[in-house]
Amino acid sequence: MDQFNLEIISPEKSFLTKSDTEEVVIPAVEGYMGILKDHIPLISFLKPGIIDVRSKNETLNYYVDDGIVEFKDNTLSILTSNIFDLKEMDKNKVDKIVKDAEEGLKKENIKDHERYILDQKIEVLNSIKSN
Amino acid sequence: MPSLDDLRKRITSVKSTQKITKAMKMVAAAKLRKAQENAEKGRPYSEKMNNIILNLSAGVSDPQSAPKLLVGSGKENVHLCVVLTSDRGLCGGFNSNIIKKAKNYFEKIQKEGKSLKIITVGSKGYDQLKRQYGNSIIENISFKESKNINYFDAAKVGNLIIEKFQNEEFDFCTIFFNKFKNVISQIPQAQQIIPLENENKDKDEKLESSYEFEPDEDEILSNLLPKNISTQIFKAMLENSASEQGSRMTAMDNATRNAGDLVDKLTIQYNRSRQAAITKELIEIISGAESL
Repeated sequence: MDQFNLEIISPEKSFLTKSDTEEVVIPAVEGYMGILKDHIPLISFLKPGIIDVRSKNETLNYYVDDGIVEFKDNTLSILTSNIFDLKEMDKNKVDKIVKDAEEGLKKENIKDHERYILDQKIEVLNSIKSN
Repeated sequence: MPSLDDLRKRITSVKSTQKITKAMKMVAAAKLRKAQENAEKGRPYSEKMNNIILNLSAGVSDPQSAPKLLVGSGKENVHLCVVLTSDRGLCGGFNSNIIKKAKNYFEKIQKEGKSLKIITVGSKGYDQLKRQYGNSIIENISFKESKNINYFDAAKVGNLIIEKFQNEEFDFCTIFFNKFKNVISQIPQAQQIIPLENENKDKDEKLESSYEFEPDEDEILSNLLPKNISTQIFKAMLENSASEQGSRMTAMDNATRNAGDLVDKLTIQYNRSRQAAITKELIEIISGAESL
């Protein structure tokens, strides 16, 4: 399959750069989105979910809270402040994030949009746990 | 003329000061490398973010409907200045340079008859500004507790600014920090973040605006701009910490050298007065013997 570049950047550092990516599935706000080579230029947001990076030899999975995605000239840039490798997510860590999110849901003056994001977050994390 | 004993004490005390400054220099040098690395690592994120926003704002056709964070509130009455300084001293002109730059700006604004609000980040900036501009300081934030600079601290400041903007407490926002050029020179900077200034305006590049947006442009912009503010502040904090260590290293290097010079000078003076005392004693003995 054709390959393209991927860079995942967090504010602290450049998290991951790869040039042999074949397909990336990202949790965009309006639904999961698969990206292949020669996708048209794109700017979008992420909601809590799993990023699935597929290259010839390996498949990488990351959990993200939020982020911005730009695809241009066969380079996919993902800017995110919260990203974890799924392999390094143990149960305690997941539980902690779920708990924080549930606390957030209990607040009274929560906006619909925030509630939606938090619901998503809990759902995704619970699915990680069950795997 | 100080006595021999005084001189000896003085030399010892200068030497021990020298030891301290030397140690501080070493520590600063070690920290500098890390801070510099962090600053360099953090650059791609803020650059990328800026690029995306530029691409987006190039596509905004109607300034009326554009988010206020991008185009401003339409008024020019209240200026908010965020002054980022360090929490520790003994770093040469680092803090004073930022303060000087900021004060110039404050004066300009007050001359124009506009009102001024200040947020200080870092205790040194607060200490230097509170006497003259105490009434204008609306917030004083310090991250003494956090060991490393992290994004969450920056986001805290960013969210505070956005909240105040949405409450229409100010119309313009400028941040002051030191940009790290190299170990010897750090350049105090004033960067306007609200409304967003287009740095590459003169380049006049035709940006490709054939992007697919999901959701639509306005929503992306209104989501992205607040993030950009935190990112810019984070960048400023990273630059600042590298500058602080660089500045401290140079200052402490100078101090160590000065202490060395002082020790040399004092040692010569000490030896001279010791020799003078010996000569004086000899003359006394000889003239005593001659008179017999």
